[in-house]
Amino acid sequence: MLDEEQAVHDENSGARETAAVDDTFATLRQIVTAAVFVLVVLFVLPAVLDYNTFWIRVATGAVIYSTVVLGLGLLYGRVGMVSLYQFILVAMGAWVALRLHFATSWPFPVILLLAGLITGIVGTLIGLPALRLSGLHLALITLMAAGGLTVILTRWQFPNGGGGFYGRAQVAGVASLLPRPSIALGDLAYYRYCIVVTVLLFLLVILHVRGKPGRAWAALRQSQSTAIATGVNTTLYRMWAFALASFATGVAGALLAAAAGGVSSTQFPVQNNITLLAVTLMGGVYSIWGAVVGAFLLRVFPALLDDWGIGTEWLTVLFGIGVIQVLLTAPGGLVEQVPKDLANLGRKIGGLFSRSSAPSPDAAE
Amino acid sequence: MIEVTGLTVRFGGVLPIDGVDLTFASGTNGLIGPNGAGKTTFFNVLSGFVRPETGSVRAFGDDLLSIVPFRRARWGLRRTFQTEQAITHMTVYENVLVALENSGGRGRRQNRQRAIDAVVFAGLAEQINDRVGSLGAGERRRVELARAVVGNPRLVLLDEPAAGLPDEETAALVHLIRRIPDEIGALVILVDHDMSLVSASCETTAVLDFGRLIASGVTDEVLHDEHVIRAYLGTEDVA
Repeated sequence: MLDEEQAVHDENSGARETAAVDDTFATLRQIVTAAVFVLVVLFVLPAVLDYNTFWIRVATGAVIYSTVVLGLGLLYGRVGMVSLYQFILVAMGAWVALRLHFATSWPFPVILLLAGLITGIVGTLIGLPALRLSGLHLALITLMAAGGLTVILTRWQFPNGGGGFYGRAQVAGVASLLPRPSIALGDLAYYRYCIVVTVLLFLLVILHVRGKPGRAWAALRQSQSTAIATGVNTTLYRMWAFALASFATGVAGALLAAAAGGVSSTQFPVQNNITLLAVTLMGGVYSIWGAVVGAFLLRVFPALLDDWGIGTEWLTVLFGIGVIQVLLTAPGGLVEQVPKDLANLGRKIGGLFSRSSAPSPDAAE
Repeated sequence: MIEVTGLTVRFGGVLPIDGVDLTFASGTNGLIGPNGAGKTTFFNVLSGFVRPETGSVRAFGDDLLSIVPFRRARWGLRRTFQTEQAITHMTVYENVLVALENSGGRGRRQNRQRAIDAVVFAGLAEQINDRVGSLGAGERRRVELARAVVGNPRLVLLDEPAAGLPDEETAALVHLIRRIPDEIGALVILVDHDMSLVSASCETTAVLDFGRLIASGVTDEVLHDEHVIRAYLGTEDVA
């Protein structure tokens, strides 16, 4: 026994020098990948799209909605909360932004920030009674909140420059459109403006995920009792997650209010909240990149189907199949599955070649 | 010093803990008993997951039950779980750090060093950057242990820390547990079914049966107590 203890002790004192923590914020490879991706969507993609106005507008929508998907992915993937009213919070952000603009004419960035903050606060307050709930109950409560907010939106409509609290002039043909900042008046410039704002929001979320809140959320996701046992203030961190997701979603709503055509109350049907969850799951909730894939599925994919002459009613079917596929075979979403499958495919093709040239027992693995 | 007085827990018509008076002075203390004796419920009362019907727990002079559950970690209470609860989506280091920074950790650099110390203490220096999801059962138990000792807590509750582990890993774990009072400075309460683990690691042992305390004292004497053998150990040879 003594020898054994001595051995363990030696092992520990030796280990003391070798324990080096790798807590770098991001690897060089991650930074380069992200930077290259951002540069490509900023400059290469518009050229590939031949500066076609329609596709630039579709891409703008995808950029804006990527933060919405990111917010929902944060709630579901990092904290384990299913929120089904994120989509209607986009409308709330747009409403607040329009209302603020027509009342004050403050600069665009200020409107963006305030729309995010107000949506963050209201979204958190609505979520407050739900904080004690989880799983199906939380999903139901938030879906009902979405229904309620949709009714309010249909009643109030989006402000279009009229007077009163609703800011609504009952004149036909007046769009609820937020004027763009002077540096981004054209569609292409506004597309790039949205990318910059979106990158900032992504950085904000990444900072949270990689920091103390992210670790507290991981504890919460493991279980309530783990979180409490490690000293995590469970109510505070749940609210924090709601606030952050709602903030990003509110900013996205404000951006949408300035996108081509503005916003109308018919754009936010309740079922879209569920579609949003579907694309979030398909993209992948455990990775930041999942939000990019999810936004592509939400905004670009329907436009592509339309372009190919396939009716958009097929979308629900395809998304249904997609969600089942992801839930059954790839809980990490397409963002994890596709590279893995490609690697497997590559290995199989490589194995085929190596087997034909020099058969070895290792190749069978 | 932990003083439990008149502790009763009621779940409907059942009393999983029924008027228990118990004192733990220092060092490593065992708490044993058959299934359903109230051991884990006792831990859940101390952690704040279960509110007792009556009774009080004074821990180092403080009224433990009056502290909000999540704040008890900051007070100096830590625990492990019967079903191990290491956070699978984080590295070993992050698992330890989360406990430290949510229970009154200090500056970034100091937190980092203290987390590393706890990981080294638990013998996981080589796995410090590994995701917990990729570790084996024994290593995960050690992650929980590292999380329970980081930042020098005052009271560490270990709920069947060796459950499901092979003998050699259990032996290494016993060695670690015995180092906690001296090196970490915490009082340890250990719940387990494994008699050899309890007799190897605990100076004193208390025995619960149907929510009542039936024996407590020096481990060797308690494990040879006739009542204990009859209630819990059956005819099994203890020594």
